[in-house]
Amino acid sequence: MKKFFQEPLPGVAPASLRGKLIVIEGPDCSGRTTQIELVSKWLELKGYAVVQTGLKRSLLVAEELEAALQGNVLSPRTLSLFYATDFYDQLENTIIPALRAGLVVIADRYVYTLMARAIIRGAEPSWVEAIYRMAVVPDLVLSLQVSPKVLVERTFQAHYQLDYWESGMDMGLSRDWFTSFLKYQRKLRLELKKMEERYGFEVINAGRSARSVDRDLKAKIATILDGFSDSE
Amino acid sequence: MVMGRAKNSGETAGEIKGRLIVVEGLDGSGKSTQAHLLYEWLSGMGYKVFFSEWNSSQIVKGATRKGKKRQALTPTTFSLIHATDFADRYERQILPMLKAGYIVICDRFIFTAFARDSVRGCGLDWLKKIYGFARLPDITFFYKLPLDTAVGRILQGRPQLKFFEAGMDLGLSDDIVESFKIFQGRVLESYLKMAKPYNFTVMDATKDVHTQQEAARKIVESKIDLAPFRKRVTI
Repeated sequence: MKKFFQEPLPGVAPASLRGKLIVIEGPDCSGRTTQIELVSKWLELKGYAVVQTGLKRSLLVAEELEAALQGNVLSPRTLSLFYATDFYDQLENTIIPALRAGLVVIADRYVYTLMARAIIRGAEPSWVEAIYRMAVVPDLVLSLQVSPKVLVERTFQAHYQLDYWESGMDMGLSRDWFTSFLKYQRKLRLELKKMEERYGFEVINAGRSARSVDRDLKAKIATILDGFSDSE
Repeated sequence: MVMGRAKNSGETAGEIKGRLIVVEGLDGSGKSTQAHLLYEWLSGMGYKVFFSEWNSSQIVKGATRKGKKRQALTPTTFSLIHATDFADRYERQILPMLKAGYIVICDRFIFTAFARDSVRGCGLDWLKKIYGFARLPDITFFYKLPLDTAVGRILQGRPQLKFFEAGMDLGLSDDIVESFKIFQGRVLESYLKMAKPYNFTVMDATKDVHTQQEAARKIVESKIDLAPFRKRVTI
């Protein structure tokens, strides 16, 4: 049966949530998007219906949140609460209905990234945890890990430049983007590392080929699916 | 005992020279009028004073409006979107003003969220955590009025009730006026439970405006040493 981190959302019975919630965590360019596509296709082939969700995709505030990020006008605390609004809108309007219907929900990042980002920007961990205490505990958290050095290379290959937020430029770590990116990604990684044991992450070395990563992910996912059989 | 005070409020003891005055009460209790008059008085007397309204920040206004229009807000997102709005206003205006040594008057504060959102089903303990970064007021005036009087004033002046304002999302009644009455009744109960733990100064909002204001001004003078807030005038 599904659990909530601390308390159920108002009006939601845990027993009604029959589906599976799989979370893929990892920084940008760790291969999340590719892997989610591969895994979704595979699940559908196996006869499981899939719903995808992710950060900053809510109907309610995604647009406003993006605008605020572009202008960089909000304080870290306000931004945390804004992201939380976005998260709960999707939790209540996408994730929970899908779980009730018995679907497999694949979340492209979840509360962990949101918590880590807030904490390294100075928020008190207990405050951040309290915000997300009505979130559904996932059935599986797959944490894709890539060293910051490899991330930089992949980022340049994909976008030819570093992203302001993914480089933590708002934090004043360094005026040099490259240095700031490395420092920021290390901090983020360290914060997520602290959560590994506590939240039961399955750590996946994503510095390898997409195929090897894919194989590992599918093996982990197979273990949590009801009625899964390996035969084609 | 004061509840829900978190340490992570971005301030250290002794850093705050300003004073925070809050007015709370049901719609129709006349609290905004009283807050306005307090502001006019302090400002007219030459004190450094600033006025802040609930739900007035530009950045998330659009999202709030959109959510309300679509009626897509759940108790949790309703609460969080207002918390986002409040955090923005608090960190951008209220806290800097307090640090700069202003008297800040807030028309509604965290207690509005506590009362309204807990009635909608959010845990009070969760709400206290979320808003734990906010400093507790030096004076919280609570404008107390019998439910029927408050509801009557609103219905008379504004016959078109809005969906969320009437608590229609709670399914209390299909009739919007009836829903509004039940909802306001529950909000009032919730406020009254907070009166003691949060040290509300309860004001009799059935009295006439002038009498209430005289009383409020006396209380402000007795609780806050106003002299340091006088603007320096160069002639």
